[in-house]
Amino acid sequence: MTVTTDARPGIVLSRLAKSYGAVRAVRDVSLVIAPGETVALLGPNGAGKTTTIDMMLGLIHPDGGTVSIFGAPPSAAVRSGWVGGMLQTGAPLDHLRVREIVTLMASYYPHPLPVDDVLRMTGTAEFARQWTTKLSGGQAQRVRFAAALVGDPDLLLLDEPTAALDVEGRRAFWQTMRTATDRGKTVVFATHYLEEADAYADRIVLLAHGQIVADGPATEIKAQAGSRTIRATLPGADVAALAALPGVRSAQRHGDAVALSCSDADAALPALLGAFPTARDIEVTGGTLEEAFLELTASEPNAREDTVEATR
Amino acid sequence: MSGSTHLRYEILRTLRNPMLYVITLGLPLVLFYGVASGQRHVTHDGTSFPLYFMTAMAVYGAMFAVTSPGARIARDRATGWTRQMMITPLRARTEVTAKVLTMYLMASAALALLFLAGASLGVRLTATQWLELAGLLLAGVGPLAVLGLILGYLLPGDALTPAVGGVVILFALFGGVYGFQLASSGPLFDVMKGLPSYWLVLAGNATVNHGNWPAEAWITIATWVVVLIPVAVLAFRRSASRV
Repeated sequence: MTVTTDARPGIVLSRLAKSYGAVRAVRDVSLVIAPGETVALLGPNGAGKTTTIDMMLGLIHPDGGTVSIFGAPPSAAVRSGWVGGMLQTGAPLDHLRVREIVTLMASYYPHPLPVDDVLRMTGTAEFARQWTTKLSGGQAQRVRFAAALVGDPDLLLLDEPTAALDVEGRRAFWQTMRTATDRGKTVVFATHYLEEADAYADRIVLLAHGQIVADGPATEIKAQAGSRTIRATLPGADVAALAALPGVRSAQRHGDAVALSCSDADAALPALLGAFPTARDIEVTGGTLEEAFLELTASEPNAREDTVEATR
Repeated sequence: MSGSTHLRYEILRTLRNPMLYVITLGLPLVLFYGVASGQRHVTHDGTSFPLYFMTAMAVYGAMFAVTSPGARIARDRATGWTRQMMITPLRARTEVTAKVLTMYLMASAALALLFLAGASLGVRLTATQWLELAGLLLAGVGPLAVLGLILGYLLPGDALTPAVGGVVILFALFGGVYGFQLASSGPLFDVMKGLPSYWLVLAGNATVNHGNWPAEAWITIATWVVVLIPVAVLAFRRSASRV
């Protein structure tokens, strides 16, 4: 495992593993996140996202492997106020007003942001005097976000931060999030919404069955799943010859139109033009991230012995 | 970093719970006036009934006061807020200290109110005696305070209110808080003498007749505390791991 080239050590997960009884929730997860990166942990339910985040927060101890947050173990990083987290559960404290709960959270951190700034940034200022028990789902989510943000942590860990929100609420949340974390924060969020990972993360780490099955920018993940298609008009083409081209996985012909499903479109395109110079109306389309997601999370390498699916 | 904001909000949350006033302050006060006002001049073993019953009701209120944070602990655990606190720099020590200070603040309020009520029915003590009585009672509810924390860290939220209420009522009943004793000899009496509440009710008498607070009382209370504190630590650790 090599450490990031950035001067500051980032977040390093090394061979993390955690089981609940017979269920291997996380197995052998290794990951290096550079300071300032926004990373999505994407995966279906039971992929191990929450368990991974809980181990990064020091809430649960891994059975194997280590977590290092800016060079420190999670518990020390949390105590130093480097980490802000938004868990899946956590209704705000009762008998307090929104403003009070944000003030309370600020008091725990060595260098908090001004409470008023945070209330404004997170759109909670207009209901700052409201009791925390009288909030709508979207409002409560914003309060939780304000609470995670007010300590001005270097690392924000958000476990499905938009799970309770509708489409509009999700968009508003991420807009707020963008503004609030413009200043070089490292952000790691778990989600099972593809669009969310695609739209808001620099990098997607795709988890399935407790393992990383893909890691990179969204475009790279689409490519990794081999779902790019080259279409062209090529009368009388030999389908077998097309399928044999480098980078092509399979070929189809409908009349004069051919479609090549590629594992490596970058290699396939020049090969196609070299072998069939008469090809025209050429079009390269990326597969959807959703196709990549399904393709990559469906296979379950060396996991046949597991009969139960991980619940988290 | 200080825990002063945390303590302030802990107290604020406590004071904003109306049920707490009813149970820790209102109920003992009503019972005191209801029972003691008709027996103002009754004396038993050299103790006036109002002094005896004022002490008993002060113990009753203080027992509810010191166990009340248990309910809040359980609720914070149920809503997931405890986990949220665990991922902040807040130290467990600060959190537990705030809980203990808050419970003692409420217990002191219960005592003060009952002492005033006692005085209104003719209980006369010197300033030193009032302070001595308050000190004895606050020290003596220590085991209940620890028990409240244990229940809060162990039990699910919906089980907590009946559990705490049940424990306090058992301690009260067997300790003679309700103004009568279940036994004066035999195995049941031995059980009663094993409870801190039994000795607490006698604290009023002990204060007036100097030296009447036996070593057995301190030993009983200290034993409870010594046994319960490690249990509380274990319960806290258990609740701190993943729910």
